Amino acid sequence: MTVPVNLRHDETFVLNLGPQHPATHGVLRVKLTMDGEYIVKAEPVLGYVHRMHEKMAEAGTFAQFMPNTARMDYLHALAFNHGWALVVEKAAGIEVPERAEYIRVITVELNRIASHLLWWAAFLLDLGGFTPLLYAFDDREKIIDLLERVTGSRLTYCYMRFGGVCNDIDDEFISGTRAFIKRLRSRMPRLYHDLVTHNIILIKRIKDIGIVSKEQCRRYGATGPVCRGSGINYDIRKNEPYSVYPEFDFDVPVFDECDSMARYMVRMHEMEQSLRIIEQALDKLPDGPVMGKAPKMLKPEAGYYYSAVETARGSFGHRLVCDGGKNPYKVKLRSPTFSNLSLFGEVAEGMLLADALAFMGSLDLVIPEIDR
Amino acid sequence: METSIWRALLYLVGIMAFAGLNAAYLGWCERKGAARIQRRVGPTEAGWAGLAQPLADGLKLMSKQLLVPDGVDSIIFRVAPVLAMIPAITSMVVIPFSGGIEARGMELSVLLLFALASLSMIAILLGGWASGNKYAIISSARAVSQNLAYEIPMLLTVITIVMISGSMNLREIALDQQGGFWHWNIFRLENGHFVIMWISFIIFFICSIAETNRAPFDMTEAESELVAGYMTEYGSMGFGLFMMGEYLNMVVGACLTTVLFLGGWDCPFGKTPGVWWFLIKIYILLFTVIWIRWTYPRTQIYRLLNLSWKILIPFSLAILIITAALIKVF
Repeated sequence: MTVPVNLRHDETFVLNLGPQHPATHGVLRVKLTMDGEYIVKAEPVLGYVHRMHEKMAEAGTFAQFMPNTARMDYLHALAFNHGWALVVEKAAGIEVPERAEYIRVITVELNRIASHLLWWAAFLLDLGGFTPLLYAFDDREKIIDLLERVTGSRLTYCYMRFGGVCNDIDDEFISGTRAFIKRLRSRMPRLYHDLVTHNIILIKRIKDIGIVSKEQCRRYGATGPVCRGSGINYDIRKNEPYSVYPEFDFDVPVFDECDSMARYMVRMHEMEQSLRIIEQALDKLPDGPVMGKAPKMLKPEAGYYYSAVETARGSFGHRLVCDGGKNPYKVKLRSPTFSNLSLFGEVAEGMLLADALAFMGSLDLVIPEIDR
Repeated sequence: METSIWRALLYLVGIMAFAGLNAAYLGWCERKGAARIQRRVGPTEAGWAGLAQPLADGLKLMSKQLLVPDGVDSIIFRVAPVLAMIPAITSMVVIPFSGGIEARGMELSVLLLFALASLSMIAILLGGWASGNKYAIISSARAVSQNLAYEIPMLLTVITIVMISGSMNLREIALDQQGGFWHWNIFRLENGHFVIMWISFIIFFICSIAETNRAPFDMTEAESELVAGYMTEYGSMGFGLFMMGEYLNMVVGACLTTVLFLGGWDCPFGKTPGVWWFLIKIYILLFTVIWIRWTYPRTQIYRLLNLSWKILIPFSLAILIITAALIKVF
């Protein structure tokens, strides 16, 4: 419910939301100027987990930066791995075997589902529903177990290598993944949609709340479910295809309502689309090596390289500048949540505190990725 | 009425024990119930099936330092948690648990109960206000508007009941419903003209959830917005008393619902009435409250107020008028 706020300056007070607050899911601080429960001005303050990842990239070799990528967006770490592998392979001209690309897509999409499940859980927690958290974690646990089997870690993966992936997947992973696809599809309608999506309280709380217009999305560079919830059909996997994505048949869910419900629905549909991609990839999975030929010490030619991937939160780009040495000369990371959060201040003006926090939840913020 | 000192002492001990056990073990029930709903096991370590958990929690809370932060109104800050607990326990005095178990009968016990129920709202207001914390103050402002909004439909439905029973004495109201579930106010088919009372029951139940600040109406302690609401600055037993007060208010709400609508200690089949039926009914109601909490997300403060002012109040008013007309006609 948005109302125009016309206030004298002395009638407002400042509410410091964060850096430690249950709703910000991390160390995000938002300085809110409030009139009662209405927000007059919202000002996100960033940098509480700034870890100089871009500078660290310059300090080490190309391979040494791989673990860092997973620590930015710890929820969709494999996509960040993938992005870094792609840009370096582009720079050094490394060929990747087809099987490796298929495995990359399978694991990245599994990780995307895990990320959306966790978002769903945390979003419902923001809205005061505790039980969905446990249901989503139940399913997410299965994915984490599967990924642990092939990657060796559960959250901050370092699975991709320049030229492939470090471990091949085995039959147990494949059968486990197929079982998981069946399981999630059978649980989705009852546990996710009947219990939550169709719940009147949830619909009333997020429908027509947090309207982000198309124009705002373009102006702030919002990507991912935020822009697709505002009717912009933009998905790097389709628009600037990379890896083996063009070989799969999947849809990009787009909703025109621009509200939190639209963003919610985009993510719920994306999970199903990811399942479709995984299913096709498992069916078509070619034989062969999972590592291509890559030199031990990478020294890409001097030049500018850019590559973007679609993560669970939007388009994540690596801008890589090489000077012919064994270290990157400069790395600029374009992280999706930074842009998505930037529009919070403008949209939250005039909203009620509770609505603004529901809106913030629908943006799916991962703070370390904003601060980098 | 007997006025022996022993009787007073007996009831004092009995009510304190009932209140204390409920406050402690409803917490356990809530955690176990939530765990079942969420496919977990809940507390298991302390005692058999975690039954000693409330004792452990109580010990932990009591052994903690009662911290009064700088800049709070220290007297009100200390008084507020006590004030949250007192009205809830006092309310138990007038509740007729069965035909023979009632600490003190009063002609105006309904009125007394609602007067006491309003006091617990003042405890929240004072606690939040004295904390001097912005989140706490927002939370107490919410509590007041919420309680005001929900007391009106609640009282309107109670007036309907009082009109039907012709008494403001809880005992009389319960006695009026004896003899099987078709005599209870919620069904009330006797003269064929109180068939709309189940709507009143639903209104009353929703209001009692909102009055006790339980989910989905727990605006005052919406942790994703207000951290811990009015309890943000409280630790130790201050927090413990607020928690126990909340559970006791739930118990009082369930007792009141049972007496007003579900025939008090009456057996549904018209046989063997007794205190056990009363307890069965209140625990079914309490379980429903817990069940609702762990199923639904939280609503919004303005939706909550809209629900009260735009739906519950007109409906309860309409029921009041219809019932009055029916009583006049028949």
